[in-house]
Amino acid sequence: MQKKEYDKLVKKHKPNEKKFLNIVKAFSIGGTIGIIGHALLEFYVNTLEVTSKDAATLVIITLVFFASLFTALGFFDNWVSFGRAGFIIPITGFAHGMTSAAIEYRGEGLITGIGSNIFKLTGSVILYGIVSAYIFGLIRFLLFGG
Amino acid sequence: MIYFNAFIFSGLVCVIGQIIMDNSKLTPGHITSLFVVTGAFLDLFNIYDKIVLWAGGGAMVPITSFGHLLIHGALDKAKDVGFMGLAMGMFDLTASGITATIIIAFFMTAIFKAKD
Repeated sequence: MQKKEYDKLVKKHKPNEKKFLNIVKAFSIGGTIGIIGHALLEFYVNTLEVTSKDAATLVIITLVFFASLFTALGFFDNWVSFGRAGFIIPITGFAHGMTSAAIEYRGEGLITGIGSNIFKLTGSVILYGIVSAYIFGLIRFLLFGG
Repeated sequence: MIYFNAFIFSGLVCVIGQIIMDNSKLTPGHITSLFVVTGAFLDLFNIYDKIVLWAGGGAMVPITSFGHLLIHGALDKAKDVGFMGLAMGMFDLTASGITATIIIAFFMTAIFKAKD
């Protein structure tokens, strides 16, 4: 095979393989976080005997705490660039976005730095979450009565 | 069994996010926003409630559950007090999660120095 053709072939297949690898990583990491979430839920309900509603909140707080801590310690950025969507889509990505924005602008002071920029990455999630929940909620309230 | 479902659901949501990320120019911010809207939309027909029953904690971990909890809180309150309840109950279920995230993020930033 000619070298040129070979290079062409490599170029054609390389991005796909990388994409496939990304999917495998996202699936395994995202799935593992899902299992951790459920294990924590069972732990809180069975061992600490809280109601399942409170346990769901505690699960989220636990994951947020560790994601935020790891981001502040500096190594969660590497995890995110390795696992991509596997870490970004779960609630860990939300905590990571908020903490890393706060850390990035920390040098500019408490108000103009952290205060104005802490929602820089996660603000859109909150904004569109509320807007869409209000619109869909209104539709369901008017059509089905709640 | 529910651990398996949790793995499958949480993994699949992340895979969808990864596929969108790899094949378009959308940033993670676009995708998380899109997923929150999707979570709220799925609750329009009570679909997300069924997923929570099926996948347990696995359905609460992806960001889609944030949209689900927002609309759920709003509708629960709207059932009690009518139209105004949509606004009053919006944060009922997510308040603790958002508050905890903000407080944790703030103190983590205050305690640890940024690494360059």
